[in-house]
Amino acid sequence: MTSTLLDPPVEATAPAPFAEASHLEARAVSAWYAGHKVLARVSLTMPGNSVTALIGPSGCGKSTFLRILNRMHETTPGAQMAGEVLLDGEDIYAAGRRVNDTRRRIGMVFQKPNPFPAMSIGDNVVAGLKLTGARLKRSERDAVIQRCLSRAGLWNEVKDRLDRAGSSLSGGQQQRLCIARSLAVDPDVLLMDEPCSALDPTSTLRIEETIHELAATMTIVIVTHNMQQAARVSDSCAFFLATEGNPGVIVEYGTTDQVFHAPVDPRTNDYVNGRFG
Amino acid sequence: MDGSASALDEPRNIDQGLSRSDRVFVTSARSVGVFVFVLVAAIGLFLGYQALPTLHHYGFRFFTETQWVPERNIVGLAAVLLGTVEVALIALAVGFPLALFTALFVSEYAPARVRTACVSLIDLMAAVPSIIYGLWGFFLLQPRAMLVARFLAQHFSFIPFFRVDTDPNAAAWAQSKFTASAFIAGLAVSMMVIPLAAAIMRGVFAQAPLGEREAAKALGATRWGVIKTVVLPFGRRGIIGGTMLALGRALGETIAVALIISPAFEIKWHVLSVGTATVSALIAGRFGEATHAQLSALLAAGFVLFAMTLGVNTVAAVFVNRSRSGEGSEI
Amino acid sequence: MTVVDLDRPRPVSTRTFDDYAALGGAAVGSLATVWLLYSRVFATQGALGFIVCWYVGFIALYAAVSAFTQPRVTVVDRAISAVVHGGAAVVGIALATTIGYVFVKGWPALHHLNFYTQDMGGVRPTAPLTQGGVRHAVVGSAIEVGLAVVMAMPLGVATAVYMAEVGGRLSNAVRTVIEAMTALPDILAGLFVYTVLIIGLHWERTGLAASIALAVTMLPVVARSAEVVLKVVPSGLREASLALGASKWQTTTGVVLPTARSGLATSLIIGIARITGETAPLLIVSGASTFFNTNPTHDPMNSLPLYIFTAVRSGETNFVARGYGAAAFLVLLVLGLFALTRVLARGRLESK
Repeated sequence: MTSTLLDPPVEATAPAPFAEASHLEARAVSAWYAGHKVLARVSLTMPGNSVTALIGPSGCGKSTFLRILNRMHETTPGAQMAGEVLLDGEDIYAAGRRVNDTRRRIGMVFQKPNPFPAMSIGDNVVAGLKLTGARLKRSERDAVIQRCLSRAGLWNEVKDRLDRAGSSLSGGQQQRLCIARSLAVDPDVLLMDEPCSALDPTSTLRIEETIHELAATMTIVIVTHNMQQAARVSDSCAFFLATEGNPGVIVEYGTTDQVFHAPVDPRTNDYVNGRFG
Repeated sequence: MDGSASALDEPRNIDQGLSRSDRVFVTSARSVGVFVFVLVAAIGLFLGYQALPTLHHYGFRFFTETQWVPERNIVGLAAVLLGTVEVALIALAVGFPLALFTALFVSEYAPARVRTACVSLIDLMAAVPSIIYGLWGFFLLQPRAMLVARFLAQHFSFIPFFRVDTDPNAAAWAQSKFTASAFIAGLAVSMMVIPLAAAIMRGVFAQAPLGEREAAKALGATRWGVIKTVVLPFGRRGIIGGTMLALGRALGETIAVALIISPAFEIKWHVLSVGTATVSALIAGRFGEATHAQLSALLAAGFVLFAMTLGVNTVAAVFVNRSRSGEGSEI
Repeated sequence: MTVVDLDRPRPVSTRTFDDYAALGGAAVGSLATVWLLYSRVFATQGALGFIVCWYVGFIALYAAVSAFTQPRVTVVDRAISAVVHGGAAVVGIALATTIGYVFVKGWPALHHLNFYTQDMGGVRPTAPLTQGGVRHAVVGSAIEVGLAVVMAMPLGVATAVYMAEVGGRLSNAVRTVIEAMTALPDILAGLFVYTVLIIGLHWERTGLAASIALAVTMLPVVARSAEVVLKVVPSGLREASLALGASKWQTTTGVVLPTARSGLATSLIIGIARITGETAPLLIVSGASTFFNTNPTHDPMNSLPLYIFTAVRSGETNFVARGYGAAAFLVLLVLGLFALTRVLARGRLESK
């Protein structure tokens, strides 16, 4: 199941998903920045309880596509989109949907860790809950902090200094703090935009372990430049490509095994074997 | 051998070897700097020096005396200083929230197309001469602000500041008792400090890091959530610095105050009531008929005012420069 | 089923119908309630009070209506949005009425040609508006501002060059003193000149004395803003020039100053706009004459701000009208200078 630039767009589907977690589906998504088209009719199904990786050379629209999935794309001046993004069957761009509700359900971890510097580590974790209006009792707050920091693999390192500022941690720790913060609002989907590209290899490995554990209970979509990471972490892969002057499209989609070891499209073959990118 | 080894471990004294034209340049630049330094310092020192004949002539009563009656040679700063501070604080009380809302509006709420126009409008508001605001305050604002003052006196007179020694509930209430007050002067001065504070605050808000803003949005924050979590904490020092700067400006404002108030020299807490006095309006009004000693007194009063504005401005500079956004920004 | 064009961007809005409905409903509801209470029940007076009450009622109603259907964060967001918009609107309206008022009240005097061509020599303040004008004040302002610029600008730029290009520990002291002087209230500059020159040296109250007072106000501001402009010039340019073998002087005059040219021009124009509107020092140092005088060293010289001040306080209707006309003229002048800086700034951006 692949589509090339020349074929009419075919909706890509993955192997049979689990029925429990939320599933995210993009239908014929196109994107513009200030009139310049950067994505053309990209369709993708991201099944629940699995990790979908978006791979491809830089500049082909992977991050743009990711930001469209949680309505962050429209915060850029001059950005526009077309198509639909369905969370459990409902278009998140439909008129009347509260955008901040959508963003709470579809969380995002950014490339550069961005904990709130004015807040302590503990306050950072529950920042999302406070921002979305949840009222927490003291005991609930502490329970949430412990649960989320544990899931993010950071609890043991910071449990004695929850009152210190969020910016006092190392890069890898800050990124895990951001993951914990995103988890606290209990999202259905977690989007990750090159979360390890600014980190050292040890932190990268820790975060990949975290991703693996999280996939058991939520849907994860990760953009990565690093093919080895995609191979280690993901269940399915979508290969994005934008040729000279053209908007980006998905060239091939399938299970990670298939994309890396038996790619159908020659361009995929070239990319995963390091011949360009 | 030992000598040369140790010589290599010490830094060399390099002779700049400036050409003659450069030496001339550096020397003349330095002399200009020194000249300006001396000139400017002399002005400050001259004003301060006037305190001496004043204290000599009038003694320390100069700071406790409230009356200013030149014919009887009674001069004192007490009432005048209080009035100056009252007008400035009223201007700040009205101006600070309005400046904050304006800065938030332009930085966070205004659509992108309108934003540059709004920034220009703020600068425009700062460029309008203070005499124009004085005209506006006296002729346009005062008749209406009078009614507001009366309303405050009627309903809030349990707070001592809002009392007026006339009956605001009378059918034919004494309008003239509510005019020419510190309150109205403060309102006019607020127009001058709002663009100053708003420009600084807006500049600081615009620098709030995009990464943190996106993090808050991605968590599901509303616009106010982003402001509360990211913009305001980031801009805290700029807000304080901008407000201090506004305070300094309000303390020194002359023309708008001179046009509006009716001079009254007494320790007065009733800001809604007619009559007050500020240092700058005092100087503007009394310099002509001042004897030599009284002129020194006016200069000493001016020096006290200068010390206040200087102190406030210095504090403001510290806040703006130490903030995360302050590097490279100028007030 | 509607056909959606997948190749065209779709309109994406963060506002829902509920947003607009709540906003409109609250506005109208508050208007009706306040009108009823205001005029029928409490019978209070004043349009200003009505508007204030309406606005408070609107925010309360908006929050209440939202609370029925929206989560708390949305209610708070909406209420604060209304307050912020209101605050900004108040400031905008105040600015608009300030400028508008001056023009409206000044129009009776402004549309006579004699306003610009005559002065008040021999014209009584009560004379009709077809006589007399502000020529003497305009020319007086021009001369005084011009002299002040000639005195303050070169000195200020030279000081800025010293602080930015030469540097050193003494320059830090100079910078501290200059920054301190920007805090000097303008009336004290006037009082200083009055005491030293007029009382001390027995000068007359001439245009030159006024210019000196204006220059004292202008100098620290010009020095500070020129230094900022010079510091913005990238140090890479200076290094390139020095690496080519140029001396410091050549670098400054050949590279730094030309690069900073439009920034310096902007600072200059802003400085001119500021002192054109200065009234306080002129009150003390200048005499408000009525006749035309182009000699700054002899006899008092009137200026626009001083003319306005004496005119509006006079209480004579026609004189007051002339005062407003002069005020409108002053506003136009300052706005014109301000627009000039914007044009220069845009030109600088476009040429990059």
